[in-house]
Amino acid sequence: MTMQKNVTSSNGLLTKFFGSRRDMQTNLTLLSMALPGIVLLFIFAYLPMVGLLIAFKDYRFADGILGSAWVGFANFRFLFGTDTAWRITRNTLLMNCLFIVVNTAASLTIAVLLNEVFKSRMTKYYQTLLFFPYFISWVIASYFVFALLSAQGGILNQWLDALGVPPTAWYRSPQYWPAILTLANLWNGVGFGSIVYLAGILGIDPMLFEAAKMDGASKWQQVRYITMPMLLPLVIILTLLAIGRIFNADFGLFYFLPRDTPMLYPTTDVIDTFVYRSLVQLGDISMAAAAGFYQSVVGFAMVVTANWIVRRINADYSLY
Amino acid sequence: MTTVAQPARVQGAVQARRKPISWSNLAVHLVLIGIGLACLIPMLLVVAVSFSDEQALVVEGYRLYPVGFTTHAYTYILKNPQQILGAYGVTALVTAVGTLVGLFICALLAYPLSRQDFKLRGVLSFYVFFTLLFHGGMVPFYILVTQYLGLKDNILALIAPYLVTAWYVLILRTSFAQLPTELLDAARIDGAGEWRIFFRIVLPLSKPVLATIGLFYVLRYWNDWFLALLFIDTPSLYPLQYLLQVLMRNMSVLASNPQTMGEPIPTQSARMAMAVLAFGPALFVFLMLQKYFVRGITIGGLKG
Repeated sequence: MTMQKNVTSSNGLLTKFFGSRRDMQTNLTLLSMALPGIVLLFIFAYLPMVGLLIAFKDYRFADGILGSAWVGFANFRFLFGTDTAWRITRNTLLMNCLFIVVNTAASLTIAVLLNEVFKSRMTKYYQTLLFFPYFISWVIASYFVFALLSAQGGILNQWLDALGVPPTAWYRSPQYWPAILTLANLWNGVGFGSIVYLAGILGIDPMLFEAAKMDGASKWQQVRYITMPMLLPLVIILTLLAIGRIFNADFGLFYFLPRDTPMLYPTTDVIDTFVYRSLVQLGDISMAAAAGFYQSVVGFAMVVTANWIVRRINADYSLY
Repeated sequence: MTTVAQPARVQGAVQARRKPISWSNLAVHLVLIGIGLACLIPMLLVVAVSFSDEQALVVEGYRLYPVGFTTHAYTYILKNPQQILGAYGVTALVTAVGTLVGLFICALLAYPLSRQDFKLRGVLSFYVFFTLLFHGGMVPFYILVTQYLGLKDNILALIAPYLVTAWYVLILRTSFAQLPTELLDAARIDGAGEWRIFFRIVLPLSKPVLATIGLFYVLRYWNDWFLALLFIDTPSLYPLQYLLQVLMRNMSVLASNPQTMGEPIPTQSARMAMAVLAFGPALFVFLMLQKYFVRGITIGGLKG
């Protein structure tokens, strides 16, 4: 009894927080279990947040992050003084918007089609065909695209030739790349998207369809007046969450597929590829840091706003 | 309600069986077959080119079938397999260590967060969750790893950054919270400590979710090129995906093998053969496990 009292008084603060000594021990054990994860998150997620300060500094490797001189907003003035800032912002936003619209429409359509033939044995194979690109990295996908578009031997020009269309130098024609990247992104993501929406359709009460059938509703009417309205909340929420990430481009898609070709930058250069190029290839750390800071902060505002809206629609789907 | 629905649905199924294919169903099948094949074409093309004769490719261009069928590109690569075997080795090591350690650390972090009586639950859940919302981005991350952690050209740089992934922690937390508390309480009354409960009860009961998350780890580490792109310069540390990205930029890397020096490189077919050797086996395995990925997507809303 006296022993326990001594321990309690020496750990007064801890016991006040955790309650009894036994509770405290349990809590400390639990904390020690969480510790490795806490430390790793601190290093790889929280320290880089602190590192965002670089955007306001003239960073020199020798001086380190804290030692380098403050320069206020000079890096940002420099970044936004160029056309590049506008170009990468426009490309990032426009391409992500295209991706969201095209992928959502295609995934919904395919989910409805899959649902129509869901009892068929073939459905399994369709899903595999649609889903396999999800396992293919953008590096490998860049080989696929290269085989289609290459100037020497690419099959697309052969097909166009058969139709009497003159060959196109795809890797020198920036105007086609929004379409190419959208298709590639669709190819990669449509399997995933259609699985999510198919799960949503399968979750709809079958009674609704039975009742509609008895009333003589056609397949199209069932899709139009039951499937779509029932999926709408899910569509809105997934779209809003995607809008929350609209400031972050898929680096691999935009970097590997155009093969980092300067001639294609007008339509393929996005914030992420610009940051990478400035940082690693050009060694222009201040510029990279300013663009990265801009992306982190605006991106954060977008996520928080999107999530706020989602929560107002349906709290179950919000991130928090 | 459902009992009323049941006979109707069964009846519907019977009717459908009596009249196996309707015109509208046939149209749906045709559309899906078309889309499915369109997805497959780029891959078929790469495989066809890899089995084509180099000279024939120059004359005829790439075709969806091998032009002048030959396995020369593969024999050329496998004559000196160190390069691709080394990359396979790095990728396999990174994937194995990363998946096992990452899964373990995430589960260890998720378990306390699933416990109602853990006083720091709220604070630490937010600590984990906030990393989903806000990132420092590439620049501070690069400087941290190269300048402060000194992991440039170190295999640890390919593993450590992905070990703890907030999404996975949150999914595991939700799953652990659904375990029957009576079991944990009973073990506690029997005098089992938290560690013992974690290893003897929580982990064994959570095998399905651990397997699913584990698969997503495997996919992520296996397909990663990003960390190598930032941190790896030494060719012997190239993981598979990064080796391929280097080859895409510069096929002469293949020619630097001493055994094949001087021999003309079958540039175009060998490039595609390398890609096939890199994605083929893994794609096969992933497709075998496809249904577990589908389950993961539908339960967790996982972001690949």
